[in-house]
Amino acid sequence: MKDMLVQVEPLIPALRRRYARVLMRDRAAADDLVQDCLERAVSRWHQRRDGSVHAWLFTILHNLAITQFRQATVRGRHMPIDDAGEQELVSAAAQEQRLIYRDVLSKLARLPEEQRAVLLLVAVEDLSYADAAKVLGVPVGTVMSRLSRARERLQQEMDAVGPRNVVALRSLK
Amino acid sequence: MSQRPITEDDLHAYVDQALEPERRAEVASYLDQHPDVANRVADFANQREQLRGALASIADEPLPAELNLSHIIESRKRRPLRAWRAIAAMLLLGIGGLGGWTMRSVVQDSSNGLSALANEAAYTYGVYAPDRVRPVEIRASDSAELTQWISNRLKQPVKVPDLSVSGYRLMGGRLVATSHGPAAMFMYDDDRGDRLVVLTRPMSSRNQDAPMMPQSSGNVAGFAWIDDGLGYTLVGQLPTDTLRPIANEIRKQARSI
Repeated sequence: MKDMLVQVEPLIPALRRRYARVLMRDRAAADDLVQDCLERAVSRWHQRRDGSVHAWLFTILHNLAITQFRQATVRGRHMPIDDAGEQELVSAAAQEQRLIYRDVLSKLARLPEEQRAVLLLVAVEDLSYADAAKVLGVPVGTVMSRLSRARERLQQEMDAVGPRNVVALRSLK
Repeated sequence: MSQRPITEDDLHAYVDQALEPERRAEVASYLDQHPDVANRVADFANQREQLRGALASIADEPLPAELNLSHIIESRKRRPLRAWRAIAAMLLLGIGGLGGWTMRSVVQDSSNGLSALANEAAYTYGVYAPDRVRPVEIRASDSAELTQWISNRLKQPVKVPDLSVSGYRLMGGRLVATSHGPAAMFMYDDDRGDRLVVLTRPMSSRNQDAPMMPQSSGNVAGFAWIDDGLGYTLVGQLPTDTLRPIANEIRKQARSI
């Protein structure tokens, strides 16, 4: 179990980041998910196959989240971005930066889940394309096409001030 | 300049810094000549920076107590059978696909009772392996009597596996109760006192077969399989890599009855 501690502990912040504020209703729910993931990781440590521990943990987390989201969808619950943590605005510059960050997260939230998942695993969590494919259970080619669509669509959202882009967005819906 | 054309995938890999240095240089020089593509790539890189920045603060926060991995490992040691119950409950609820590729083997077993068998072995190990006074009912010195008794109760010939080639001596055995009827438990130890438990019982169907599957729960790990309607499982507090050849040996011997 000592090797598990050494290999898994440094990855916990990234696991928390994966769903906190992006997909979950609140931080507590996101941390419950991570806790569940860690308990499963501890119990299955000896079962894991060779390969990246990083990808293995994200696979467990991803599958738990999918189950939870499915249940939530059945109940018809909406999961908006959590904007907790806004209370301490230090300076105008920090405030503006925070607004930019909130803006990109709210645009990210509008992407389809499959595109958002690829973008976060690759661009934020630094998983290789092959590992992201393993986590999501899809071929690498699918990861690449989803990544491409995610980036194009996020860019459209970010550029969406111009009327041409607004029209393009509407036609997408 | 190489002959390989620049692809969409190259552009994304460029943004994600996933290219080999040589290819990276080729993409960079392509971007120099194609400002429109370079603009798109710059947009993507900007997205990447914004997303990382927006989410960085979460990763920097101190971890709450419930995410302290040492605590999670400790609490598992105190209730090592919890995972088995959780898995059994999930199977009953029909929740598949949890836990990624490691879960697959367990989920596939739900129909043929392999996980129930492994579950029973984990409980049996938990009860009898730590027992220093009377871990077995019939000792190895009376193994003929043990074999006779077990075969009568399981209503089929059962051979006690000989694990001496793996360095484990038979301590003896006993009959244990499971929700699927009587099962035979054989216990072994080695020179260091590490104990192994083999549990075997008839499965619900005579012609049932299942390939050997790894099973684990906390610090108890093992393998389970079904040959001709007879279920076997080997469990111990050892890494699965150590247990695998022993399980193979048991299966080989059982097939040669």
